Amino acid sequence: MDFLTSLLTDFGQQILSSVTAAFAIAVIGLNLHFGYTGLVNIGQAGFMLIGGYGLAITVELGGGFFLGVAVGLVAAVLFALILGLPTLKLRGDYLAIVTIAAAEIIRIVGDNQSLSQWTGGAAGIPGRVYQGAFTALSPFPDQQLQIGPYNYPLTSGDSWFLRIVCWVVLAIVVLLVWLLMRSPWGRTVKGIREDEDAMRSLGKNVYLVKLQSLVLGGVIGAAGGMLYVLSSSVQADSLGRTTTFLLYTCLLLGGAATVFGPVLGSVLYFIVIIGLNDVVSQFVPKQIMNEQQIPQFGWIVVGIGLMLLVIFRPQGILGNKKELSFGD
Amino acid sequence: MTEPAPAVPARGRLEGYDYDRAALRRKLAEVPQEPGSAKPQPILAVDDIVRRFGGVTAVDVDHLEVQRGAITALIGPNGAGKTTFFNLITGFDRPSRKEEGRTPRWVFQGTELASTSAFRVAQSGMVRTFQLTKALERMTVMDNMLLGAQDQPGERILTALFRPAWRKREAEIREKAAALLARFTLDTKRDDYAGSLSGGQRKLLEMARALMSDPAMIMLDEPMAGVNPALTQSLLGHIQDLRDQGTTVLFVEHDMHMVRHISDWVVVMAEGRVVAEGPPANVMAHQAVVDAYLGSHHDQDLGDDALLDEDFGQAVAAEDAEREGRA
Amino acid sequence: MPSPRRSRRLLAALPGAVLLGALASALLGAAPALAASPSPTPVPTSGTQSVVEATASCAVNDTTACVRGALHDDNGNPVKGVTIQLTPPSGTAVPTRTDANGSYVYTVKKAGAYRLALVPASLPKGIKAAAPSRTVQVSLGQLTPGAFALTGTFSGSKSTAGPTVTPLTMLWDQISNGLLLGLLLALASIGLSLIYGTTGLSNFAHGEQVTLGGILAWTFGTVLQWNFLVACIVTVLVCGLSGYVQDRLIWGPLRRRGLGLTQLMVVTIGLSLALSYVFQYFAGAGVHALTPTIQLTGGPLDLTANAYLAMLISIVVLVAVGLALQRTRIGRATRAVSDNRALAAASGIDVDRIIRLVWTVSMALAGLAGILYGLVYGGVNWATGQAILLLMFAATTLGGLGTAFGALVGSIVIGLVVQVSSLFLSGDLRYATALLILILVLLFRPQGILGRRERVG
Repeated sequence: MDFLTSLLTDFGQQILSSVTAAFAIAVIGLNLHFGYTGLVNIGQAGFMLIGGYGLAITVELGGGFFLGVAVGLVAAVLFALILGLPTLKLRGDYLAIVTIAAAEIIRIVGDNQSLSQWTGGAAGIPGRVYQGAFTALSPFPDQQLQIGPYNYPLTSGDSWFLRIVCWVVLAIVVLLVWLLMRSPWGRTVKGIREDEDAMRSLGKNVYLVKLQSLVLGGVIGAAGGMLYVLSSSVQADSLGRTTTFLLYTCLLLGGAATVFGPVLGSVLYFIVIIGLNDVVSQFVPKQIMNEQQIPQFGWIVVGIGLMLLVIFRPQGILGNKKELSFGD
Repeated sequence: MTEPAPAVPARGRLEGYDYDRAALRRKLAEVPQEPGSAKPQPILAVDDIVRRFGGVTAVDVDHLEVQRGAITALIGPNGAGKTTFFNLITGFDRPSRKEEGRTPRWVFQGTELASTSAFRVAQSGMVRTFQLTKALERMTVMDNMLLGAQDQPGERILTALFRPAWRKREAEIREKAAALLARFTLDTKRDDYAGSLSGGQRKLLEMARALMSDPAMIMLDEPMAGVNPALTQSLLGHIQDLRDQGTTVLFVEHDMHMVRHISDWVVVMAEGRVVAEGPPANVMAHQAVVDAYLGSHHDQDLGDDALLDEDFGQAVAAEDAEREGRA
Repeated sequence: MPSPRRSRRLLAALPGAVLLGALASALLGAAPALAASPSPTPVPTSGTQSVVEATASCAVNDTTACVRGALHDDNGNPVKGVTIQLTPPSGTAVPTRTDANGSYVYTVKKAGAYRLALVPASLPKGIKAAAPSRTVQVSLGQLTPGAFALTGTFSGSKSTAGPTVTPLTMLWDQISNGLLLGLLLALASIGLSLIYGTTGLSNFAHGEQVTLGGILAWTFGTVLQWNFLVACIVTVLVCGLSGYVQDRLIWGPLRRRGLGLTQLMVVTIGLSLALSYVFQYFAGAGVHALTPTIQLTGGPLDLTANAYLAMLISIVVLVAVGLALQRTRIGRATRAVSDNRALAAASGIDVDRIIRLVWTVSMALAGLAGILYGLVYGGVNWATGQAILLLMFAATTLGGLGTAFGALVGSIVIGLVVQVSSLFLSGDLRYATALLILILVLLFRPQGILGRRERVG
């Protein structure tokens, strides 16, 4: 029973955490691209990284927190425009290759030592550089607060304040997507996913709408990136290609083209990983799987899970089988 | 069709439109029966439009006029370039680069349409359907219909967030869509996914969807292809209704019976050129038409099924996007 | 046409197959870790087991560190025949002498603080060492630089004005390196291009196939101590087989099921993720050196010889693939499928068989590229292929997606760009240049250098 209690406690801790919410937000952005509009963006981690750097560097250089947020979001808009303007008129796989390449460029440049006075190079920008600007906004006193088994500081570091902000932002983004998707704009976007030529023949400006979707989803991704780095540091390698792949897994798990799918998918992903970690370290002998190998095994599960989801349950948990049965 | 169509929001009588079909046919009887002849009231006039694929000329039309208010059939053997011609004038394909001294241009209702992107062509009132039906399969029949409507404030991303800003227009187009669906006997299917419809029902849906924008001219690419014979009669009736209610029709068809039955004027294409024009009764007997059909060795439907061949379709979309970017 | 039930059954076998395949490859990879960790494999040239060896070459991996240095005089000429001594924390000094290039190498099997010394008496007349001895910190899996600062010139040392390494020679060096990288990329990416051409699929797991080649060659050659040539041949065969099996169990059934290309691409992403971590799970995160003793020339080859050999092999194989595509019946059928699948099927070509062949050959080529990559760049690790995947995409896109010859031209351009830009840019930024070029190409000439703008319908 002890094991079960601690497992459940771990689950709760992970669900509450800012990282889960930040991930869910980035997945929602990806959902706008891939799930609703049919844009194959394999560089969503690049948008997250841009948001993180935008916030951290601005604060580092003396701009305030809100200026940092604005810089991160504007940078994401520009990034989306640079990627989208030339490629959204081409076949879908061009966007895929360009987004993954561009995200990789961001990562490489961020990693590079020559810009380290701003980006910190491979070591990244430590959280303490910019977290202060965020915690200064907290209305709470600086003390610990225990709720049930969870004990966090109210204001500083990995705090209740951060958790509240993350989940509020997540709620706002979910609401935004819900509002858009019940509107004629949402209908147009789904029509584009189905058949661009048909939409052109009906007088829809397909290019413009795809660009809007790319920008909006990218900006949401950047917001997720900012929240993600608030509890840790901005480090290029932590938001690389595999992060994007992970976002896809979360999306397809919860259900693409659904409002709550990304949230459910992200939460479930973290529960599975935590559960795997707890169960393996409790029951599997070290000779078979040592501590280093547990996360690696987790990634193998993610990869195979992604394949199986696409093949056998493309609609995920919440999706509509008819709407999302890929192929026939 | 003797049975009156269910109420469709009338758009009012159009000035100078020949609602009287007999009068229209009398007018057309006066028109010289030769390729490129001038029409009394052309809704569309095309000049010097050429399209080559590699070394093959798919379309090379010097001049063609389409009479307003008429049902004009575009016929010709496989590979004659009919669909390519459709693609060109609707902005889904581009004429090949400059021919010596021939500038491609086509005017629709007084508007120059050359190098206009496909969606702007549609917005200008010339709406097309596709040979291979493009129903948006994973959306409901009703959503398909609603997408056909123009001037929707809710399609602008910021307005979309505030329902009151688009609620009224949405109600209007829903009502209109419901009426059109009833007219096309699809009203029981309104909440089904379009992918679940039969081939003929998809054709009907595509036509009904195109009508959501009250186009001045509708261009149907093989409306009868793959349609269950039981549906043929009602489709023919629908097409004639369209004309009677003020929409000019241009259609590509292989079914000669249908062409004879409903068209007011027939344009014959062969090897990319217009080889004959005239009323259906006369044109079929024309020597050029007989030659075109019998002498044709083209088994391959050049450009037809390769409609919007990926690469070129992309290039066109790209150009469109560029133009939009500049505008 | 197999029945849907049959393809469903095949599909159901997919997860098992992936795991099995991965397990098999990884078990092979794991065997060395078990065998090697208690007592490191002795270096063949020496009978006694020791933590320090003076060797002809050294490749860093989990259990090995290298100490390497080169001596140059003021003119930048190599100083040969100088005695160097490396002393382990506990033990006696191991001497060696600098070779004609003025360089020396130690292979070290144990981490710690070593004493590195130069014997001043062995220096040629006219040359002095500023600091002839120091302590170096050696850690496994790392290269420790061991240069000494020398002043003066020896007699006969050619005097060159200014720095001996002129910008021109540096440029020429990088161009040679670029050609090398380009040829390896071509070998790896021609399969990527062929698969794209015949099926329309962008295979994101192609990088892992390159890694697979390297890891298998290391397993057979280094760990199991097979004859290296045999190890390479078996590796290429196994890689080809992996392509056949993949198409049979995954891609073929999914094609018949009508899964969209985007969805197929996401499946390859999942496969890539799973495979790369399977490699890491079993083979660890370190770099594994491939046995440098190639039987072909009868002795250990230095890096440059490896590089020339790799280039030669690449060229021969690429020409063979090119000729096969142009001249043989199957090659022509492959091109026909690339041009127009439906038309090819209608004219009696067994499209599925051609695609299966393309998968087999492509994976074999990727595996071969992995072996050569490992030989030239000092080893492979779990992420080797992943690291060059985007370069391969850049190369194929640049040359025109889906054209084999285009992939070759694109690869060489990308190879040159990457290596030459390393003259101006530090670290991985040179890869960023290649990716930037990829984006610019898509912007201005999306059909690539050699791609056609349009097709006859």
